[in-house]
Amino acid sequence: MAHDATHAHDAIPAHDGHGQPGGIMRWLTTTNHKDIGSLYLWFAGTMFLVAGSFALVIRAELFQPGLQVVHPDFFNQMTTLHGLIMVFGVIMPAWAGFANWQIPLMIGAPDMAFPRMNNWGFWLLPVAGFLLLLGLFMPGGAAAGGWTMYPPLFVQGGISYDLTIFAIHILGASSIMGSINIITTVLNMRAPGMTLMKMPLFVWTWLITAYLLIATVPVLAGAVTMLLTDRHFDTHFFNPAGGGDPVMFQHIFWFFGHPEVYILILPAFGVVSQIIPTFARKPLFGYASMVYATASIAILSFIVWAHHMFTVGMPAAAQLFFMYSTMLIAVPTGVKVFNWVATMWKGSMTFETPMLFAIAFVCLFTIGGFSGLVCAMTPVDIQIHDTYYVVAHFHYVLVSGALFAIIAGVYYWLPKWTGHMYDEKLGKLHFWLSVISMNVTFFPMHFLGLAGMPRRYADYALQFAEFNMIASIGAFIFGFSQLIFLAVIIKAIRGGRKASDQVWEGAQGLEWTVPSPAPYHTFETAPVVK
Amino acid sequence: MKRGALRPLLGKTLAALSGTMISGAVWAGYQLNLREPQSALARDVYNMHTLVNLVCLAIFVVVFGAMFFSIWKHRKSAGHQAEHFHENTTVEVIWTVIPFLILIGMAYPATRTVLAMKDTSNPDMTIKVTGYQWKWEYDYLKDGVKFMSTLATPRAQIENRADKGAEYLLEVDNPLVVPVGKKVRVLLTAGDVIHSWWIPELAVKQDAIPGFIRDAWFKSETTGTFRGQCVELCGKDHAFMPIVVKVVSQAEYDAWLASRKQGAASPSSAPLSRAVLNGRPGAAVAAFGGQLSDADIAAAVAFQRNSRDNKVGDMAQPERVASLKPGAEAAARAAR
Repeated sequence: MAHDATHAHDAIPAHDGHGQPGGIMRWLTTTNHKDIGSLYLWFAGTMFLVAGSFALVIRAELFQPGLQVVHPDFFNQMTTLHGLIMVFGVIMPAWAGFANWQIPLMIGAPDMAFPRMNNWGFWLLPVAGFLLLLGLFMPGGAAAGGWTMYPPLFVQGGISYDLTIFAIHILGASSIMGSINIITTVLNMRAPGMTLMKMPLFVWTWLITAYLLIATVPVLAGAVTMLLTDRHFDTHFFNPAGGGDPVMFQHIFWFFGHPEVYILILPAFGVVSQIIPTFARKPLFGYASMVYATASIAILSFIVWAHHMFTVGMPAAAQLFFMYSTMLIAVPTGVKVFNWVATMWKGSMTFETPMLFAIAFVCLFTIGGFSGLVCAMTPVDIQIHDTYYVVAHFHYVLVSGALFAIIAGVYYWLPKWTGHMYDEKLGKLHFWLSVISMNVTFFPMHFLGLAGMPRRYADYALQFAEFNMIASIGAFIFGFSQLIFLAVIIKAIRGGRKASDQVWEGAQGLEWTVPSPAPYHTFETAPVVK
Repeated sequence: MKRGALRPLLGKTLAALSGTMISGAVWAGYQLNLREPQSALARDVYNMHTLVNLVCLAIFVVVFGAMFFSIWKHRKSAGHQAEHFHENTTVEVIWTVIPFLILIGMAYPATRTVLAMKDTSNPDMTIKVTGYQWKWEYDYLKDGVKFMSTLATPRAQIENRADKGAEYLLEVDNPLVVPVGKKVRVLLTAGDVIHSWWIPELAVKQDAIPGFIRDAWFKSETTGTFRGQCVELCGKDHAFMPIVVKVVSQAEYDAWLASRKQGAASPSSAPLSRAVLNGRPGAAVAAFGGQLSDADIAAAVAFQRNSRDNKVGDMAQPERVASLKPGAEAAARAAR
């Protein structure tokens, strides 16, 4: 390997005379994209266990009707923190971790464009996470107004509501810095010969995601700032007594919130579009149409927001507009699913753990897409809005969608990151336990919602007892199965069968041309892409 | 029916799994689909949901049939060699256009139902519904009947100190009563935070937003009692403010209305006096009990009840106010 010969010393952090500190200071001061990628991924993993344990508190309370484990207000704190942390503290940082590790490796760049901003962007996250969790120890407990923070309820709360608002501000600043960095890197630092339409799909999906973030996160920041001034400085943005409108918050929030859904899922599309061709040993069926479909979904995401608000009482014309635009999203999403299946068709498939998770993603994400289509139909949505049907829908797209793609991506690139193959047996065990328990947890929620169980309920009527118990059993199995994932990662870091540079037989792309583990500095001399 | 046979079995299995002694009432029988529709709109929604599910099922079978066939046939372990075809404009146009056409087919009935749902014109009667943390107020605007509706399930059942009744969390002290076959328009608002009013069987769900009035309508085709719950997070007791609608014949409704009107004819001065004495938590009504004399409070209450459009015609007496003070009320109860 040319890289091995010229930069053998790269495997260790200290280099080139400007020696880096060791120990904790290495991580606090690092500007290396691989270090920062690892930090993001460990942060996401830690918060996943925290927010996951909150979910288990919820499921323990809902195991039987009646109040057994927690009070309703603490229950609401758990649903609020579970939602906020899973979205802002787990899925988004995990994708930022992938972006940091993989984008420079995949486009042949030596690092990210703004390494110091990269460091700052990451280290804001633990501060925000701390503020969110600090609320639990404040008078009145953590914010309990739901992750959507609707006023006037959110204006009623105590100091932890302010901490939540500040946490959102900080998380938003971090996201914007990350996005600017990614856009600049992708547009300016690609290896010679790598035109935009030759970029790996994961890079494409992140480029589009970064634009979505820059366009929408400031809107969220504005919304929560108005909440803050309503709470403390006598403004009346959302207070009808002063001429404000509580529904305006919902419009602003969901103008951010719907693109946010695609911020969480587009990188997942990218990862799955890398993994399926590798293990099918066949090029992606329609590269160009996948790029166009991703862009279409991103653009459509700006004109569908009010489908989250079909029950606020919009005029018929608005309801119809948002119904039609929402239904349209099914077209590019369908193109993606058809493409993945056509890529598998007449390939030569093997089923290592990343491929298993990718196939589960295609199948289960599509179930979430179908329930999304059901929700798009305004009259049906009015029936199931704010019921467990919606809970089932968004967990199918976020757990078996975004989360499964993250897990697939970790298994896929772990040999490149650690230099060791992970334990395939444990990986397969993790897969089967996860995929079965995930369905046991969330599929019955469709029935609960149709039968009329509202969401964010600490206690429920008796006809919902059976499916709640089944869902709780599934949730505990799913939660504890994730400890296997942690074990697999630690095992691969500590040792294992040495990974080759290529790692996977069918893998294509620049990241597979560097050694495993990838040296601390890669592509100091840009590779040429034909 | 197969599902009916499975029900007790599932209940027993889960009861065994949970390892607890749960009375039979807890297993009230689950349900897989939307509730049985009781109005034309609800039936439209029900049928539309069935239609969309069938379309989704058909697509799922075709697409994932192909995927799992491929997974089975095109395995490396089965010796399948990868072909290298990719990009085919014809195929891609086809799988873009066909879903689009299916969507248009689905949008047509949905549009009709949306327009019907929004048409609140020409109602037979109008009821104003106000959501509070955590109860509902019903105001029959033309008839002057107005009352609160709160959860009737005893606290002991919620805290597992008593067996749960069949309508656990779905029962109220004063249900909304409406006549069958009449177009009922509801005007919704809220006094504090956003709530949402929902009757699943009648396919009516509308957020109640403080400071604004929204409307919705329903027309039940059958008599019966229909139960819904608040569906917008409104604080700690969000799960404990159900909605119960009793749909009765016109004659029964008239009788109910007459008895309600009689009960409401000469309201006592006690509630207003209590409000002035103790304030109203959560609203900008201060407690004057410690600041004004009983005579001043009685005068203010009497003025309120007899000035402008209010013509009750009675007097509030200082002795009566004194008897309503928290300590005096408790003492009176103890003496009884």
